[in-house]
Amino acid sequence: MEKVIITVVGKDTVGIIAKTCTFLSNENVNILDISQTIVSGYFNMMMVVDISGAKDSFEKISGGLEELGKSIGVSIKCQKEEIFDMMHRI
Amino acid sequence: MINRMEVSETNEMIEKENLDVRTITMGISLLDCIDSDIDKTCDKVYDKITKSAKDLVKTGEEISGEFGIPIVNKRISVTPIALIGAASAKSEADFVKLAKTLDKAAKEVGVNFLGGYSALVSKGSTKADELLMKSIPEALASTDFVCSSINLGSTRTGINMNAVRLMGETIHKTAELTADRDSLGCAKLVVFCNAPDDNPFMAGAFHGVTEADRIINVGVSGPGVVKYALEKVRGESFEVLCETIKKTAFKVTRVGQLVAKEASEKLGVPFGIVDLSLAPTPAIGDSVADILCEIGLEKAGAPGTTAALALLNDQVKKGGVMASSYVGGLSGAFIPVSEDQGMIDAASCGALTLEKLEAMTCVCSVGLDMIAVPGDTSPATISGIIADEMAIGMVNAKTTAVRLIPVIGKNVGDKVEFGGLLGWAPVMPVNKYSCEAFISREGRIPAPIHSFKN
Repeated sequence: MEKVIITVVGKDTVGIIAKTCTFLSNENVNILDISQTIVSGYFNMMMVVDISGAKDSFEKISGGLEELGKSIGVSIKCQKEEIFDMMHRI
Repeated sequence: MINRMEVSETNEMIEKENLDVRTITMGISLLDCIDSDIDKTCDKVYDKITKSAKDLVKTGEEISGEFGIPIVNKRISVTPIALIGAASAKSEADFVKLAKTLDKAAKEVGVNFLGGYSALVSKGSTKADELLMKSIPEALASTDFVCSSINLGSTRTGINMNAVRLMGETIHKTAELTADRDSLGCAKLVVFCNAPDDNPFMAGAFHGVTEADRIINVGVSGPGVVKYALEKVRGESFEVLCETIKKTAFKVTRVGQLVAKEASEKLGVPFGIVDLSLAPTPAIGDSVADILCEIGLEKAGAPGTTAALALLNDQVKKGGVMASSYVGGLSGAFIPVSEDQGMIDAASCGALTLEKLEAMTCVCSVGLDMIAVPGDTSPATISGIIADEMAIGMVNAKTTAVRLIPVIGKNVGDKVEFGGLLGWAPVMPVNKYSCEAFISREGRIPAPIHSFKN
């Protein structure tokens, strides 16, 4: 399993989750966990996904999601899980 | 599993608090490039560097993309060139030729600095060491990315005062040769006492002779992160203050450890060390001086500064040591003047003087760093400042350094703009009294006694 954390932050609008998930589904990326909240009109979502079966490389998926984010008007960031594990787990 | 709070904490550090990996530095041994012919030596050096580091920049960018953390610099350190050129370089011009070769190699692989135009002369200098030291002004004026460092003393050997005198002259001449660029050459030249072999930071990085053929060293950075963390514990006790610094240093260093491990794997080069230093930048909020203010000082340089810095430096080490499997380099808090907005402000308003900075260097790494002084400061006075700093390092068994910039044509109160990460600095006053007779003495200061510690 190759876990990647996707964070989506920006002004709330219709279809953020739908568009993100459709993109991931097309890339054959499996979603393991989603947690999402709205704070004073701002959309904030964290997804844990597994890219081990993905069609494209991490770089391509990451770049694709960044583009998608721009088209929706939110910021989508892709990071490998290790950076969070290293920082927050001993 | 990782939760949202943790993810957003990490990302806030990166996006708002200037957390980054300051440098991935590849150390490359050039010992196998030694030849009796200078042109052959240059060819071998160029080939070894360009082959060894051809993927360094690309790999750095790849890792940066994968973890979403900026990796600001990719750099190279090499074996001290005085050793590499000893067999073939018979003149200062020959050494300059080697410097130009290093510069060409650095440009070819795309790194932004290459350190190791160095000599280790803590006890005595060879003919080659002397030629290299004398060639530094020309070498730094005719290259863009080459950095030079000289080790002038150590706790075990004492201080080579002949070399201290020569380096005072060299620094002054370097300033003159780069006078058209605000004496920028001096920003790429540092002198050390107890220089570490595995320092990833410029201008003092070189690849020690005790190191492996190639090695990856990483320098992290995070003054902004520490400052923001301390904002949340204003007015709390020293215990809370210290714990907060330690925990933050741990988190910052873990990122460095991860990046070092990844870079080492991807490049197939052994992992050397993570340097724990808090390295500031001129960016707002990325300042060591601001941390000192957050600890409770009105300005860096106020009474209490040395104690606050000692505390900060020690807690950073305590937090960082557990976060990485190998710690090395300089590992402490840097206090450069021009590269730190809070220090620039403190120096500009007169809160921070050269003498206070000297006191601060007794408790932190690394020394008098990026300090602009009047262009008419005499070579002997520069040597005197160097000797003082070397003595602090020698007696306290720590690394100390001097990177002074005598800015030709400028005087106290003027501003000097170096640009980029080097920042800008106000020209600071220097004590006017002479040390000429002291500096003109021949020989060396003996090593200090290692017992009767008081």
